[in-house]
Amino acid sequence: MIELLHDYYAYWAIMLLLVIGLYGMLIKKNLMKKVIGMVIFQNSIILLFVAAAFKWDATVPVLDAAHPTENVANYLNPLPHTLMLTAIVVGVAIVGVAFALLIAIYRNFGTLEEPELMERMRGE
Amino acid sequence: MTDPWTHLAVGILLPPFFGALVAALFPDRRRNGAWLAAVVSSGLTFAASLGGLAYAVIEGPVRYHLGGWQPPMGIELVMDPLAAFFCAVVTGMTFFVFIHGRSVVERETPHKAVPFYSAALLLLGGLLGIVLTGDLFNLYVFLEISSLAGYALVAIGDRRAPVSAFRYLILGTIGASFYLLGVAFLFMETGSLNMNDVAEVVPVMGESPATLAGLVLIVLGIGLKMALFPMHGWLSDAYTYATSTATAIIAPIGTKVAAYVLIRTCFHMFDPEFVRAEIPLADILGYLGAAGIVWGSIMAIAQNDLKRMLAFSSVSQVGYIALGVGLASPYGLIGAVLHTLNHAVMKACLFLVNTNLHQRLGHTRIDRLDRTTRIRMPWTMAAFTVAAISMIGLPPTAGFFSKWYLVLGSWEQANYVFLGVIVISSLLNVVYFFRVLEKVYLRSDGEAYDDASEREDAGVRREEVRASMLFPTLFLGASLLVLGLANAYIVIHVIRPMIPAGL
Repeated sequence: MIELLHDYYAYWAIMLLLVIGLYGMLIKKNLMKKVIGMVIFQNSIILLFVAAAFKWDATVPVLDAAHPTENVANYLNPLPHTLMLTAIVVGVAIVGVAFALLIAIYRNFGTLEEPELMERMRGE
Repeated sequence: MTDPWTHLAVGILLPPFFGALVAALFPDRRRNGAWLAAVVSSGLTFAASLGGLAYAVIEGPVRYHLGGWQPPMGIELVMDPLAAFFCAVVTGMTFFVFIHGRSVVERETPHKAVPFYSAALLLLGGLLGIVLTGDLFNLYVFLEISSLAGYALVAIGDRRAPVSAFRYLILGTIGASFYLLGVAFLFMETGSLNMNDVAEVVPVMGESPATLAGLVLIVLGIGLKMALFPMHGWLSDAYTYATSTATAIIAPIGTKVAAYVLIRTCFHMFDPEFVRAEIPLADILGYLGAAGIVWGSIMAIAQNDLKRMLAFSSVSQVGYIALGVGLASPYGLIGAVLHTLNHAVMKACLFLVNTNLHQRLGHTRIDRLDRTTRIRMPWTMAAFTVAAISMIGLPPTAGFFSKWYLVLGSWEQANYVFLGVIVISSLLNVVYFFRVLEKVYLRSDGEAYDDASEREDAGVRREEVRASMLFPTLFLGASLLVLGLANAYIVIHVIRPMIPAGL
């Protein structure tokens, strides 16, 4: 059990972040907090990719005489990192759209609290 | 020298993205130019899709390596009959809705027309990318492109639209993130993002908890995007509060593409045997689909607004597709794919009718429709009737045949629950569509057919919508009959080559 915790501590932390993010998105009543939860959720997945790409005693994939290319284990796999660059960009775009929507909601109803919002929407 | 026709694979993808750029350049007072860009680029990609479909059916699947990079290093586009078929469905519906949409957008949201067409083209491009790509991560990027454009489209609407768009954004992001999480697991296990590669590696690796978790997460995420019961909550509000044209664009095609990803993942990337046997994933999908069919139909009966009723009916129709996928048999797949086409045409036609009614009557409340509606808009109501009959599934309309294949598939596996659900849901469809038809075509109880009512009817003038709106509506309505009569041809020549070997 201890071994499981110790060897996979990064994954445990990521799982915790994932659950916190999901909780924020689904349970929190304030729409801004939902966006915060969303950002945590997305970042936990980005961290998962990065953590999975990690190798002990390996270096960045740049040619270096000290690390012969014959041994692939000398280098990290750069693919997950590049993928995550794209995922970060996508994430930023989503947050941007989310903020734009929040501004529109606040203009229309004057609140970002979900219960109040539901009440005011029902009044229409 | 490669066959120049193989470039159609990328030719399908380019027009919407270029069109989105061009459309965005027009200033507000020249917004007709944006509309023209939308129509031309969706028309071009529709033509390319039809050409691609013909090529893929006659010559076999095309694997197009972007930039000449060999997979699994490079990204490839896969244009096989299944992908080309979905492209044709998606682009065709968008093309007709664009033609129809000009005066509607002009009336409902004139000063948002330019961003509207631009976002709609981005949505189309994203969806086509999802269908064509052969790379798991590339699919995620296209999924987010289409979703972002979709959120923007849904948010252009009445005052409540941004709220439903925000809810859609939160749930859509959860769905896409689950998909990405699933891809992470598959990537860790197989070391590849190319779907073909993964399909080859997975049987060699054998089953492992990570592969299973990856598959389940992908199906879960895509299920959310597809509005599979019980993850359909975002759909009804998003469709109801958006503008008429936005709904008419998103409703027929958005959920279909998610269904396509489901078919790809369950039957092409993984061995169908694996999906059926190792975990009862196919069964779960089928039963969720069955539950969605019944629930969506019941909720549709409870609605008084035509648009909202159609939105709930979408939940139910997506259930048929999930049920067909869940059967995991040739008949099930034929039913699911055929129903995708039929439902896209039916839903597009019904939402266009809804828009026409809204244009002329100013409302779409079912309790306020009466027989004057028929006199005022006879052709629109004729299109509605054909589409409604097709939704119920009466021959010879298209809707009957896709349900027939699903019934055959259920019968083959002696699954009487599915069989019962399909029959019962057809009856429920009768309830919610005949409710409208009864109001429009029949006199209410006790009302005498006399000279007074005759004169009253004569006083109502015909005010059908303009030709640019009427033509797409009638064309889609008529094509339901054509698709129904031509279903054997479609199934034998187009859908049968899609069935994977292991099924």
